[in-house]
Amino acid sequence: MARIALENVAHSYQPAPQGPADFAVKELDHVWEDGSAYALLGPSGCGKTTLLNIISGLLVPSRGTVRFDGVDVTETIPERRNIAQVFQFPVVYDTMTVYDNLAFPLRNRGVAAAETDSRVREIARMLELDDRLQHRARRLTADAKQKISLGRALVRSDVAAILFDEPLTVIDPHLKWLLRSKLKQLHHQFDFTMIYVTHDQTEALTFADRVVVMYEGEVVQIGTPEELFERPIHTFVGYFIGSPGMNVAPAAVAGNKAVVAGHEIELDRAYPTLDGAANVEIGVRPEYVEICRGEDGLPVSVRRVDDIGRLKLVKVDLGGHLFNIVAGEDTEIAATQARIRFDRRRVHVYADGHIVEGRAA
Amino acid sequence: MDKTWNNKAWFLVVPVIVLVAFNAIIPLMTVVNYSVQESFGGGVFFFEGTKWFQQILTSERFHAALLRQFAFTGTILLIEIPLGVAIALAMPRRGPWVSVCLVLMALPLLVPWHVVGAIWNIFALPEIGLLGRALNGLGFDYNFTRQVGSAWFTLILMDVWHWTSLVVLLAYAGLMAIPEPYYQAARIDGASQWAVFRHIQLPKMNRVLTIAVLLRFMDSFIIYTEPFVLTGGGPGNATTLLSIDLVKMALGQFDVGPAAAMSIIYFLIVLAISWVFYTLMMRNEDRW
Amino acid sequence: MSTSVESATTITDDGAATRTAAMQQAATLPVRRRGRRSYAWLVPTLYIIFLMVPIYWLLNMSFKTTGEVLGQFTLWPHNFTLENYRTIFTDPTWYRGYINSLLYVTINTLLSLGAALPAAYAFSRYRFLGDKHFFFWLLTNRMAPPAIFVLPFVQLYSSVELFDTHLAVALAHCLFNIPLAVWILEGFMSGVPKEIDETAYIDGYSFPHFFVKIFMPLIATGIGVAAFFCFMFSWVELLLAKNLTSTGARPIASIMTRTASISGYEVSLLAAAAVLTLIPGAVVIYFVRNYIARGFALGRV
Repeated sequence: MARIALENVAHSYQPAPQGPADFAVKELDHVWEDGSAYALLGPSGCGKTTLLNIISGLLVPSRGTVRFDGVDVTETIPERRNIAQVFQFPVVYDTMTVYDNLAFPLRNRGVAAAETDSRVREIARMLELDDRLQHRARRLTADAKQKISLGRALVRSDVAAILFDEPLTVIDPHLKWLLRSKLKQLHHQFDFTMIYVTHDQTEALTFADRVVVMYEGEVVQIGTPEELFERPIHTFVGYFIGSPGMNVAPAAVAGNKAVVAGHEIELDRAYPTLDGAANVEIGVRPEYVEICRGEDGLPVSVRRVDDIGRLKLVKVDLGGHLFNIVAGEDTEIAATQARIRFDRRRVHVYADGHIVEGRAA
Repeated sequence: MDKTWNNKAWFLVVPVIVLVAFNAIIPLMTVVNYSVQESFGGGVFFFEGTKWFQQILTSERFHAALLRQFAFTGTILLIEIPLGVAIALAMPRRGPWVSVCLVLMALPLLVPWHVVGAIWNIFALPEIGLLGRALNGLGFDYNFTRQVGSAWFTLILMDVWHWTSLVVLLAYAGLMAIPEPYYQAARIDGASQWAVFRHIQLPKMNRVLTIAVLLRFMDSFIIYTEPFVLTGGGPGNATTLLSIDLVKMALGQFDVGPAAAMSIIYFLIVLAISWVFYTLMMRNEDRW
Repeated sequence: MSTSVESATTITDDGAATRTAAMQQAATLPVRRRGRRSYAWLVPTLYIIFLMVPIYWLLNMSFKTTGEVLGQFTLWPHNFTLENYRTIFTDPTWYRGYINSLLYVTINTLLSLGAALPAAYAFSRYRFLGDKHFFFWLLTNRMAPPAIFVLPFVQLYSSVELFDTHLAVALAHCLFNIPLAVWILEGFMSGVPKEIDETAYIDGYSFPHFFVKIFMPLIATGIGVAAFFCFMFSWVELLLAKNLTSTGARPIASIMTRTASISGYEVSLLAAAAVLTLIPGAVVIYFVRNYIARGFALGRV
């Protein structure tokens, strides 16, 4: 078990990086607590896999230090790090049997034959592979192969952390669910640190104690799934998490008032003048916008209503800015005109993408 | 990929059949025809049945040529396949040097075959060739036109020069097709370099290596032009491989009948061995 | 691999003040490199030297005078001369030789591809009676000892009155090039999902229309690679080319051997002629350099 600390870690694939744009992972400081489950979430190409490979030692970062329990392992090879990694595509050694595949990491480390045998059988039983231990690995299905990859990670009793790089991408949806719950159960049982890379927010939110959101080589927010939902500190997080994502519209903010397309919106907090920022926006989740009756609220034109089971997804136009609204199934919606109201406690102000703290008014 | 059973697909193969059959079947029939007849010139032929076949199969000349042929093919396979794999493993995987390596290595493959013989002739001649001069300068008594050992050495070196690149390029293509995570997983699992080779690289190169062995076997077994230009089969008959012997018999002695019988026996040997390779390859492949 | 330590120089301002400051601070720290020195490059380097030395010797010889070749042993031409090349280029049969070779190689490449494309499609998409054996039969055509098959070839092409034409050589080379082209193309075609064909048929494309408009662009690389291989094997083969021609379609390389034998022991002239035959191959490799590795994987591994 280990506490993994990244200190000022940055990585560029170019030998002589010229600027921030050349970095796949930009300047990062973060501690991964022992025994927690982390999800590393972000769009393709945001640096998730690079970060994972730095932790496992497949990459030596251009800059910064990696510490396991305080020991500098920055340049230690993966084999010595007590780290296991499971990749997107199942990696099995084709010519070996399932048994030999599982025993491979132990044999390479010189573990005694008797102990190897008992570990392999134990892990095979947990992963329900024990009935085909003597089969050749190459003829198995993709999910069985991925179980073997997983097994090779779990079989090592000394493993401090297991890193997962989108391990369920190639698995059929119904098996995905099974493997996911298996993984969750194993995590509870063994208590290893788990870092799980994904671009699928459902997977991230159901899995992890804490979610790390990355965007263009930077960590933009780390928090519990709830924090990411309620208080995204960057418009990207608001947009990336949630379905549909947060509504973001340019606004003029002064004191506890925001003006969007000539309409005034009251805010819960007072904000300083934001003249320095090039781009001031307000953000509010579709769940916190309400369609209201009477003369209150902001006048909008209704563009589209989708019935998605117990909820209605409404798209409205407020002076040229589109907003998504999630409404209850029995909300009455006029065909063309309606009025909406924002939950003022849930409206956030962003300057150049980053959240701005207000004072209690 | 699951394929549909459709016999109409034969229509798509018709152009190939026409072109190949024209070139393959008619000459083959002619050769079979020669092989059972005796020619006295002037287009007069007598049917001789299996006489030539019996004569060839029991002749010491054929046995000697066959033995030389197997010695040659065996030697070049034993050198070219491991050497080619080793070079492919040591080649850079990315960067500007990849193209440079590939272009330079492919060059011998595009040299017309008799030019290969000519290049090595000029290169190895004891008086004016760099190789000949160098070896003699180092104290070796080297003269490929007079000594059996020197002739074989030059012949094999020439074939290694000419064809190892084919093995390198095939093996390299096989290596490049191995996804990066295999290597990463092996590093995490603590696999030694030997284990990576044994359990990842070699199994993944299986197919291309079978192709390499098959092609090298077939082509080296019917090799004619390069050794003909280099040594002409000499000194004596020391490097008279099967094809050279055939031509000597057919053109030099006008023994068309025995030569035809010999080439059919010879064709059947290549066919049988290649069939074994081919079946093994297809069984490994799960495709057919 | 270099172990030198270097630092990044300029950092462009990206707007976010705090981040840029952090980046600038980081930029002054040394960039770390993986330092283990590897000598693996020695192996391909030595191999390439081994490949190049005989070719260098050929070039060396071609720039010498016959007198220098026979008189003294020199590692580079002391009396540098272009005389050998001049001799070759002033003899009009040489031009014709080049054109003849390129002509039949081109015709052969077109014929081979034209026949191999539909056949490869059949092998990659359908199973049919005898497909497996047919494929092996195609391969066997690489196994026949050409030395003896030359005689019947000459008879055959004489009887259809194609002897000493470019077409004769081009047709004869189909014997070994078509199987190879089918093999390569089949590999590339198998990589194209079958759904593409089905979608096209549903959209109302006829087979020829679909094949030319949709399918062929998808396997353009494969067609290029197959063309390269056809060119290569047609270019290097001489036994058939030489024996199927007399004056009208004689290949360059054949003229070269004749020149060499007529003029006796003129090694330097022979060397110059040999150098000239290397050029088309080198040019073709240069153009396909980025596809060589893929080509040798025959579309899949």
